[in-house]
Amino acid sequence: MTPDDSFNSSVARPKSTSFDFEQLIFEDRVHQCIYTEEAIFRAEMNKVFGGVWVFLAHESQIPENDDFVTSKLGLRPIIVVRDSTGRIRALYNRCTHRGSTVCRQHQGSAKSFSCPYHGWSYFNSGKISGVPWPDGYADDFSDPKYNLAQVPRVQSYRGFIFGTLNPDMPPLEEYLGGVKKPLDEWLDRHPGGTLSFCDANRLKFNGNWKLLYDNSADGYHVIFSHRSLLAMENRLVEGGEEDKGMSYYKSSPDNAPFYVKVFENGHHYKDKRPAVDTSPGGLWNIEGPHPGMEHYEAMIREKLGDKAGSILDLASSEPVNINVFPNLHILGNHVQVSQPVSLTETDTTWWGTAVIDDKDELHGCVDAVNALRMRTQESFPNFGELDDLMNFEQIQTGLAGVEDEWVYMHRGLGIPDRIKRDTDGYLIGPPTDEVFLRETMQVYKQLMMSEPNLIIEREVDAGLD
Amino acid sequence: MQHDPSRTSYYVGDDFYQSLVDSYTDWQTDESEIIDPALRDTCRMLLEKEARMLDQNRLDDWLSLYVPECLYWVPATPHGGDPRTEIAVCFDDRRRIEDRIYRLKNEFAWSQQPLSRTARLISNVGAFSTEDKNTLMIRSTFLTTEFQAGDKRTYTGWYGHKIGFQDGNWKILVKQVNLIDCDQNLRNLSIIL
Ligand code: FES
Ligand SMILES: [Fe+2]
Repeated sequence: MTPDDSFNSSVARPKSTSFDFEQLIFEDRVHQCIYTEEAIFRAEMNKVFGGVWVFLAHESQIPENDDFVTSKLGLRPIIVVRDSTGRIRALYNRCTHRGSTVCRQHQGSAKSFSCPYHGWSYFNSGKISGVPWPDGYADDFSDPKYNLAQVPRVQSYRGFIFGTLNPDMPPLEEYLGGVKKPLDEWLDRHPGGTLSFCDANRLKFNGNWKLLYDNSADGYHVIFSHRSLLAMENRLVEGGEEDKGMSYYKSSPDNAPFYVKVFENGHHYKDKRPAVDTSPGGLWNIEGPHPGMEHYEAMIREKLGDKAGSILDLASSEPVNINVFPNLHILGNHVQVSQPVSLTETDTTWWGTAVIDDKDELHGCVDAVNALRMRTQESFPNFGELDDLMNFEQIQTGLAGVEDEWVYMHRGLGIPDRIKRDTDGYLIGPPTDEVFLRETMQVYKQLMMSEPNLIIEREVDAGLD
Repeated sequence: MQHDPSRTSYYVGDDFYQSLVDSYTDWQTDESEIIDPALRDTCRMLLEKEARMLDQNRLDDWLSLYVPECLYWVPATPHGGDPRTEIAVCFDDRRRIEDRIYRLKNEFAWSQQPLSRTARLISNVGAFSTEDKNTLMIRSTFLTTEFQAGDKRTYTGWYGHKIGFQDGNWKILVKQVNLIDCDQNLRNLSIIL
């Protein structure tokens, strides 16, 4: 379906708020009101969540035709469905009659959705398929306005499904830009260059969604916010150096060999691989303790000898943070998705990922790798993220002191030769610098000063005879 | 070779997972329900003691109620799921429980500064026999209220305890915690349920 033969309609445009973002976002600081003002949050739910490409779901959640999973685009309830012809769509979960949701299950398989309120039903293409007692309508339902609304642009990149309501957004791959490279590398370490979602650690915090994005490439907080985690992971280390987990942050990370890199459109990347031994088995060696670790390691080593190291690495956390603005984060083996709930409430879902090994590249060890991988992935959400989330909540609490206006993010700013450009022109800085945050805030500022023309789409012909 | 499960985790392997999944499949049958009031009371006392120790933050005493090769399991799916292929909210072997306790005692665990206060109610205790007369399963319903950092919240669900008679005592082999909202986003679940 092209925009020409579909039914497009402008939805209410986000009105300019009375806030002047030129006076709220500076290079070194931002005004606290961007975290505390309801009107700004409302505008974000259009200008950011809707105005740019937003992660909606992963293809492994809807492997077969007719599979669906519910999601959100900002606050809009969405059904991401692989329709009966195999096309992936993002339908508004909103009955065209009087507005009820038509799908109330989180995940499943359905050729059609029937509204529980008065029974209007829709094919999973979004076309209306029936209304009870149609003779009671003078209308013959041939107007496509009764088909479910849908996100007009839905595109996937290597299994990751995104949607935008903005016809002026460049294609998804162009929007992702430089961040595709680390994403490719992260995927390509797995057999077949793919993986599947396998349930999640689901967390939430009472704070604004941006507090999470602000943290996502922050290497400054690690040894403070995660002090208890670092101590815990190293409590059994004897004699030698404490090297488990993120211990590489402990000595002068400003001068460490790892770095943060800033891409276009608010995406960024913290690459900690230069800080660790990445030869086969190197990642596994710095894993903290996990359930079943010694059992499966012994089993895999006995079975595979020299080849064991690289296979154990697949059960280990990849030391990267790949952040795709505004709501997708890849870190370790997790796909972390953040979801604004309200101005001061955010859900963060840490999807676990499992290795798929159709070609037996892991020599019969895939089940063992996944059994390990489940346990390695449970560690950080339990013992690391909770402390960050508490700190985000406490920022939200602190920002209630509204007369103290500024939030500073100037670490690294103004120091000659500290921030460099790579050969592609992307900024690179020490992992402890806030350069990623400053750059993201400039992207955010431009978005908040823009007036995107958000549209929805509907299937063009009516489904009802 | 003897392994110390506080230091190494050799016992969490395929056999352990399989027997775990088997133990937690179709175990609450009318036929296996235990009528004997004395035995049921023994079960109830064990659960109440556990709740008391947790409420009093006596975490080492609490762990002494467990066998060395134990498990604390909070599934992320309402039917328990298969922990080999699904992430759980918590899936702690002995060493990871000790990690958890270590962290809770660490003054830099910000999610527990200040420490939560909790009050646990346990009710509807039912005991079920297994093929091994020295192993019982217990189902109970819990309501735990937590107060922390100015906020009061509740956790609700049911426990599935697997207990074994060893050296003259009933000890806990596995504690499965089935939250009614286990598949929802949860705020600061940093206490032991
Ligand atoms: S609201 Fe859906 S049929 Fe009336
Ligand atoms: Fe963190």
